[in-house]
Order: sequence, then C-alpha cells, then structure tokens
Amino acid sequence: MRKALAAGAAVRPDKNRWSMSHLPFYLMILPGLLYFIVFKYVPMFGLVISFQQYDPFVGIAKSPWVGWDNFHRLFMEQDFPLLLKNTFLFAGLDILFFFPAPVVLALLLNEARLKAFRNFVQTVLYAPHFISWVVIVSLTITLFSSQDGMINQWLSSAGLGTIDLFASPGWLKPMWLIQNIWQGMGWGSILYLATMASIDPSLYEAARVDGAGRFRQIWHITLPGIRYVVVVLFILRLGSFMDIGFEHIFLLQNPLNFHVSDVFDTFVYRTGILQRDYSYSAVVGMFKSVVGLVLVMGANRLARKFGQEGVY
Amino acid sequence: MSSTRSTLRDGVFQLAVVIILLLLTLAVVFPFLLTVTSSFADSKELLLKNVVLWPKHWTLDAYKFLLDNDQFVRSFRNAVVITVVGTAINMALSVLMAYGLAQPGVKGRTAVNFMVLFTMLFHGGMIPTYLVVNKLGLIDSYWSIWLVGAIAPFNMIVIRSFFQTLPKELKESARIDGCGEFKILWRIVLPVSMSMMVTFALFYAVANWNTYFQAILYLNDSDSYPLQVFMRQVLIVNPSELGLDVTDSGYTYTPAVRHAVILLAALPLLVVYPFMQKHFSKGMMVGSVKG
Repeated sequence: MRKALAAGAAVRPDKNRWSMSHLPFYLMILPGLLYFIVFKYVPMFGLVISFQQYDPFVGIAKSPWVGWDNFHRLFMEQDFPLLLKNTFLFAGLDILFFFPAPVVLALLLNEARLKAFRNFVQTVLYAPHFISWVVIVSLTITLFSSQDGMINQWLSSAGLGTIDLFASPGWLKPMWLIQNIWQGMGWGSILYLATMASIDPSLYEAARVDGAGRFRQIWHITLPGIRYVVVVLFILRLGSFMDIGFEHIFLLQNPLNFHVSDVFDTFVYRTGILQRDYSYSAVVGMFKSVVGLVLVMGANRLARKFGQEGVY
Repeated sequence: MSSTRSTLRDGVFQLAVVIILLLLTLAVVFPFLLTVTSSFADSKELLLKNVVLWPKHWTLDAYKFLLDNDQFVRSFRNAVVITVVGTAINMALSVLMAYGLAQPGVKGRTAVNFMVLFTMLFHGGMIPTYLVVNKLGLIDSYWSIWLVGAIAPFNMIVIRSFFQTLPKELKESARIDGCGEFKILWRIVLPVSMSMMVTFALFYAVANWNTYFQAILYLNDSDSYPLQVFMRQVLIVNPSELGLDVTDSGYTYTPAVRHAVILLAALPLLVVYPFMQKHFSKGMMVGSVKG
C-alpha cells in the first residue's frame, strides 16, 4: 500500500512541489555562482575601462570615455614589437616542445612492462608538479651559479668551460623551457596514461598477430586512441596562448636579460600594478584574451573540419 | 626464426624505454638529493663548493638558525593559515556547486555549466580582477587570496562529473528515510567519495601553499607574507653573490640555510603526496569523460 503510494507520487509529480524539492540544490550552487559572477564576470565587464581613462577615485561610471585611444597607444608603443616578439617566442616554444612532452612520456610509460618500475617512475615524475616556481628557480641557481655551482665545476673540470645561466640572455629561453618540462611533464602525462589504459587490449593482440612491431602498434593503435584528448587539451591550451605564466618569468627576469624576458604579462604588472595605469594595462589584458579566444575558436573549427570532435 | 628476431627487437626497445625513464627520474631526484644533503653540511665546506653530495661533517645548524629566525617562522605560519583556511573554502564551495550542478532536473544548469567553462577560455585578467578586489576592500587581507581563487573551474567540473557517475539508488533510500539534501550530501555522498575529496583537497592545498604571485599582488604588509615570498627574498633576490650575502631584510643566509629553506618549503607536500598518488589517475579519468 505504502509502496504503491510512493510509486504514484513518483509517476505524477506535482509541479510546485517538484521545484521546491530542488531548492536545496539551488542553495548549494548559489555561493559558487556568486563567486563566478563577482570574481570572473565582473572583471570581464571591467574590461570596459580599456575604452576609458579610468580614474579609481570616480569609478567606472564617471571615468571619461576615450574610445580606442588606449589601443592606439599600445600598438604605437615603442616596446610593442618587442613584447609581441618575446611573448610569441615563449608561447611558440611552449607549444612546440612542452605540449608534446607529456604525450611522449605517457607513451614511454605505457610501453614499460614492469609494473613496479612504472609506478616508481610515475611517483617520482609527478612530484615536481607540487614544487613552486620559487623553489625550482632557486634549485637552478644553486646548481648552476656562475663559478661555484656544481654543474659548472664539472664542466670546467671536463675542460668544457662554464656557462653563466642567469647572466647570459641566450640561456633564458632554453632554461625556461626545460624548467617547464621538468615541472609539468609527469603531471601532464596522467590524463594520457588514463586514456591509454582504456584502449581495448584486443586491438594490440590483433596487430601482433598481423606482425606489427612496437612502433607500428604505437602509431596505429595508441596514438589514435588518445587523439581526442590531445586535440581537446591543445585547443584549451590555445585559449591561454599568450599567458606565459607570470610567476615563472618574473622570477627569472633580471636587468641583463630584460630585453628578451619582457613579455605582456610582466608589462601588465609593471604598468598596471606598479605604475597604476589601469586602463592602459587592461588593454593589454584584453588584447591577450581576445587573441586566445580567436585561436580557440579557429582551432575548434579546424578540428571539426578534420572530422574531430571539438571542445564545444 | 622471425619470432626470435622480433623478441630481440622487443628486448632492445624495452631496454631503451627503461633507460630513458631512469634518466628522467634521475633528473628529478638528483637536485633534491643534493638539497637534502647540502642542508646538513657546515658552512665552511659549502663556501667552497656550494653543494655537496655527502657532507664531511653533518650538522643541524641551518635548521636551528631557521627555527630561531622570526621572519621564517612567521612566514611559515602565514602559509599554514592561508593553506588551511583557503583549502577549506575551496572544497566547500567547489563540492557544493558541483553537487548541485550534478542533479538532473535542476533548471539552468546547462547555462551555469557553460558560464564556468567560458571562464577557462576568456578572462578579465590581472588588472580588472585587482580593481574588484580593491573595491571590495580586500587588499592586505587574506580574504583576497582565499576568495579570488575560491574555485578552480577545472577541479569543479571534474568533481561534478564524478558525482554524476554515482548510482541514483544511493540517495533514493536516504530520501525515503526523510533526510534533507544537505544531510544526504554530508552523510552519504561524501563518505563514498572520500578518495576523490582527498585528491582535490590536496590539489587545492598545493596551490594555496605555493601562492606567491597573489601574495605580492594583494598584500603590502611584509609581516603577512607567506613562505614563498620569504623564500624569494632569501634565495633569488641576489643570486650573483653566493656565499654570504645581505638580503633586503638585512639578515645573512648561508648556503646551508638556503638549502634548508627549500627543503622545509617542499617537505609538507612531498610527504603527503606519495600516499595519494594512486587516486590521481582514477580521479583524472572521470574528468576526461566529456561533459
């Protein structure tokens, strides 16, 4: 009897009661929603100060509108070509070398047969993800400091001369890239490994029967198996194409390498926070975000054109 | 005959894989090993070499120095406060939102989901966010750090996907018993999601512990700086003068102290992390399910 009643209630839900019963869920979503509105969407609309001569004392409502003046000023800025060049060089290196690194590592780990060995390597290689840039840059300084660093002592005793990693601008980009890979390669491989684990093992068996070696199995089975994840992560990465990672580059920056290490991120910090030229630096932020958005939409379209599912 | 050749080829391939992986492992372990051993060396030995693989005399001087250093102790305590409170806020907001959005039949959840996803592709950037924080009067307060990073969109989405995979029957029985939705979440859903919760609490804790940029952006009072900012002053400000140098604060830090700082800053995370590693791939797998 009671069972029947309960079943009846489930079949014929009362419209009002139904939405009331969802009230707790709306209450749960509310704080998070407020967070996204206040700290993500308000700043997004705050980008209108790019078109103003923003004055913090009178606020957005009363600051004078200046149209495209700030954009004009940015593109005419003496340092603009340099900032653009540096930013694109770092971003390009990152996509060319850092992005594929976790894929390669995942392939290697996937091929390693001894499970205990694999687990050990994974545990060690994930660890740098938990290390801050301050620590990573410090470790590099200790190992490579000009005269007395251990690496330089080895190099000079081997008759190879010494390298001055922090004083010579030429070493900045390789150092930055290697530190990126050192920190992020292991962590980045997790998702690929998890995807590889879900590939049907019978595919490999069939390939072996057909006489395919390890490389051909990787090429024809493993890589196609993770293709979707690679494409999605690549598209998402393009969204932050111009985000070089302020913290890391800021820590590596010094007067000697300034002309190759100054990127939009550090420029925004300098003009916006240190010189309080809010409108001008907001323009730079907007420029960065728009470039990212355009790249994402372009890449997504391209992916769909080639028969891949995109991000959206 | 062709099969012996292919086993040989497989063997060579396997060996190459193992060697490359070992080299990579060494590249990660070696700097830390040096840091650990060097932090126990005495300053005379380090003055000549900067780092040593095996100190001649083991000493705890560097650690004693740090524990007596007010700035270090204060910044360490600040980092603990930022991490503990921050992670609690992160988890509360992320789990509540994820659980609410995981319920079928909640109106507007597609719109909210899109809203969250969009922030991963487009954002206002450093300056407009700074202006909001300033307007809310949060400058020089830890609330700036806690609130600006309250929810990581990616983490929230993964937690939501996980909640969506839980069987409905789990909640039905509790609902018939008259439990409220909050109680169901607390008493039934969270206990069965423990490994997930632990994983994400760790992710958030790491981000909070490593906070550097937001601290220099939003905090002006050096007494409230967390460990990472203190470390920058000790370790990076003046890299050209190793040995004994005078930093901003006027203190002198020997190389052994530098190594000890690095170690103490990395230690809390490196100690808890191996115990949680097995959960990561499981957790991340749920997130890779599109949705």
